[in-house]
Amino acid sequence: MSGVRVLVGTRKGAFVLTSDGKRERWKVSGPHFAGWEIYHLKGSPADPDRLYASQSSGWFGQVIQRSCDAGKTWEAAGNQFTYDGVPGTHQWYDGTQHPWKFARVWHLEPSLTDPDTVYAGVEDAALFRTTDGGQTWQELPGLREHESGPSWQPGAGGMCLHTIVLDPANPQRIYVAISAAGAFRSDDGGKTWRPINRGLKSQGIADPNAEVGHCVHRIAMHRSRPGVLFMQKHWDVMRSDNAGDSWQEVSGNLPTDFGFPIDVHAHEPDTIYVVPIKSDSEHYPPDGKLRVYRSRTGGNEWEPLTKGLPQRDCYVNVLRDAMAVDALDACGVYFGTTGGQVYASADAGDSWAPIVRDLPAVLSVEVQTLS
Amino acid sequence: MIRVVLPAHLRTLARVDGEVSLAVEGQATRRSVLDALESRYPMLRGTIRDHVTQERRAFLRFFACEQDLSHEPADAALPDAVAAGDEPYLVVGAMAGG
Repeated sequence: MSGVRVLVGTRKGAFVLTSDGKRERWKVSGPHFAGWEIYHLKGSPADPDRLYASQSSGWFGQVIQRSCDAGKTWEAAGNQFTYDGVPGTHQWYDGTQHPWKFARVWHLEPSLTDPDTVYAGVEDAALFRTTDGGQTWQELPGLREHESGPSWQPGAGGMCLHTIVLDPANPQRIYVAISAAGAFRSDDGGKTWRPINRGLKSQGIADPNAEVGHCVHRIAMHRSRPGVLFMQKHWDVMRSDNAGDSWQEVSGNLPTDFGFPIDVHAHEPDTIYVVPIKSDSEHYPPDGKLRVYRSRTGGNEWEPLTKGLPQRDCYVNVLRDAMAVDALDACGVYFGTTGGQVYASADAGDSWAPIVRDLPAVLSVEVQTLS
Repeated sequence: MIRVVLPAHLRTLARVDGEVSLAVEGQATRRSVLDALESRYPMLRGTIRDHVTQERRAFLRFFACEQDLSHEPADAALPDAVAAGDEPYLVVGAMAGG
């Protein structure tokens, strides 16, 4: 019997939503870690019962939680994220240099093959890895120590490493994205990194075509075609067909090309989803209509998906980690809003229904497809 | 035994109810009490003081005997009533919404 488990991180705890393969009736578990911010939780592709959660608070700092029984029970894992060596400085909002300082874990990306190995993207931007199930974390310092590091600067939400994409065909290749430095790629397992921002244009920086400094919001890949990447940037939806070496804009007929999440259909590598947001100062959908846009052509040609979504008086946002797909047939698509709704589509986006309506603001949504 | 009162979220994290009683070797100081606390409850490491610098997290305070001891040196002796177990050592989260 197939099923899905939707892992939802919110401003005040984590929730686990489960259903069978029909995806019509849902069981809601939570809040787990009530009162804490859960920036992200994600399951191991190698062991779906192994879950990791980033739990943090302004009072008590960072905690990492681990479950070995699909979220029934949790145990605190290691929470020491210490930069390798003397971390140096990066650019602050006012242009001065500012010491690198750990704030929180934004994103946890479990290894595709080993449930004890997990990558963590943190603020201030750096990449850490555990190989012992979260007990200890070591920085991969080559990223932070890239020669462009002192020029990186925070976006409005902090200088966060929020996106980690592992190449299923090449274990040595890792993609990350940092706000507001841009996208980077490693071809040697995280030892060395190169910026992959050629083709991005950002009006908010002095040189719109700079090598670094771009506010990349999210990168998505289909596992069958790892050299093709899709990006939602601060403004612009972009596509790369050469593993990030160069990018082309594919915003096409979107009503606005600002937004946060982007994801790819589980079975159709050229079918992608975004949620257009009016602007960087108005973090809500245009015209009060919550619309997911789908392209079946890998970009440029987009169709609005509205059935079951509010089409008036809707002023929520959908954050960068708050969209995911399942691998059932038909592909399920899920997203959460800052208004506390988690919407699901069991027909690849043609129609939608809320699983829950009144959670705390949703920070992240991940989906596990269970067999 | 030293009595320690934790804020609710840290009691949940440590899976304890009510006060924690700790045997502290040598003089009772903030450092020795927190060392003993973190030794018994490793999941609290980093939540009260920084892993490396050992500095108090900004939104936490240490109270005892109706005094704010937050700015005392880490190795200063705690009040006799705390050392004797007559009064608890309070780890207090700042009253702030969010």
